[in-house]
Amino acid sequence: MNNKFVWTKKDLLGLEYLSAAEIKFILYTAGSFKEVTTRQIKKVPALRGKTVVNLFYEPSTRTRASFELAAKRLSADVLNIAVESSSVKKGETLIDTGRNIEALKIDIIVVRHNCSGAPNILARSVSSSVVNAGDGWHEHPTQALLDMFTLQEKLGKIEGLRVSIIGDIAHSRVARSNIWGLTKLGAKVTVCAPGILIPEGIEKMGVKATTDLNEALEGADAINVLRMQFERDTAVAFPSKLEYLKNYGITTERLEKCKKNIVIMHPGPINRGVEMSSEVADGKNSVILEQVTNGIAVRMAVLYLVSAAKEIRR
Amino acid sequence: MVVREKSKVMDKEGIDKALERISHEIVERFEVADDIAVIGIKNRGSYLAERLVLKIERLIDKKLLVGALDITLYRDDLTQVAAQPVVHATEIDFTIEGKKIILVDDVLFTGRTIRCALDALIDFGRPKRIQLAVLVDRGHRELPIKADYVGKNVPTSASELVEVRLTEADGKDEVVLCEKIP
Repeated sequence: MNNKFVWTKKDLLGLEYLSAAEIKFILYTAGSFKEVTTRQIKKVPALRGKTVVNLFYEPSTRTRASFELAAKRLSADVLNIAVESSSVKKGETLIDTGRNIEALKIDIIVVRHNCSGAPNILARSVSSSVVNAGDGWHEHPTQALLDMFTLQEKLGKIEGLRVSIIGDIAHSRVARSNIWGLTKLGAKVTVCAPGILIPEGIEKMGVKATTDLNEALEGADAINVLRMQFERDTAVAFPSKLEYLKNYGITTERLEKCKKNIVIMHPGPINRGVEMSSEVADGKNSVILEQVTNGIAVRMAVLYLVSAAKEIRR
Repeated sequence: MVVREKSKVMDKEGIDKALERISHEIVERFEVADDIAVIGIKNRGSYLAERLVLKIERLIDKKLLVGALDITLYRDDLTQVAAQPVVHATEIDFTIEGKKIILVDDVLFTGRTIRCALDALIDFGRPKRIQLAVLVDRGHRELPIKADYVGKNVPTSASELVEVRLTEADGKDEVVLCEKIP
């Protein structure tokens, strides 16, 4: 990696706003942090004296825990604010919450919000760094970065890979961030879902869309299987779990027709027996748990980079 | 800031001779080579460490452990440097517990890099002993740190820079004294 590359962005709001070089730089830096996570003492002093707040307007266990661990392994102090117990319930606006957090001298705000674009608004209103941990149907950049990191680790590169994203594309920020990131790094992306779950005009993002699972699986180097959110938006458009499994569920039989070393990813939590069978989820092609491990390294890299960029601006 | 080259302090042969001498000194001071590990500070220190290990192995006819340490995350000036340095991976694929470590760097200056390296190393375990080998000691220490093996002492002024160039990174071997012109 070029030693002269300088990261200058104080926020990570989405992969849409990053160049291919910036994405590659995050992935390279994450590789260095991965080594830290394999040590006996998994802690480095890079963010000592900094404070990171996890501001979550939506319930989340794994992303929040992953960010918290990443911050702690960088020696930062971490504050968790869950909205159910905050003054947002009393009517405080996002910007006011942000300014109050800033007044507490917080360095980095990790925010998850059910409204698309909320992190962008927050980033404009505060001088603290803002990291998007998922906003509405918009982006989930660190998830896509960890997917790409895992892919690169498994297959050695991203450029030229054929990656299919299967599931509720319409309501998925994971899909959107993956599409931005993968296409910028030169992968050929196909999205696959029942027609009603594919947004119109998705081809403009540089991907191929299909309703035929066999077409999405054939020749694919990797598939990213999204979680079907039957408890949320998905059910409105596509109510039948069984119908989904029958036509779009990844099963051992379907896998037999795929490339032998196809990489199977899933952002979790898995609905076993809905988007994929247990045999596939636990099988040799699945990298689902490695994604979880890599998530910490990727988030360490992101926190480290945005924090340093803020110092340069000062 | 412009940097002007003033004089060549060491050439290819000089660097090689200095490393040769250091390797002899190391062999003289350590009776048992079994538990020696040589760890270079990235980037140029790790190239020097690899060269040093080859020389020592030739003298004692035994394989040594060699590693590379990236100290970026341990720096105390992360908030002050103009552009934050690129984080590279540390490569130490053995346990340093109970080992005699020879830490290698290109230039010893304020001692702050070595302070970072000591902190970083100790996060990997408790070595029996850590010694320091540097190609150039240019003085101006800001911390109580001293090298055990020095290739060459080069008296400098604060406005000068010592640039170590190695074939692995820069295409040629030389040590040059430079001057900062504001």
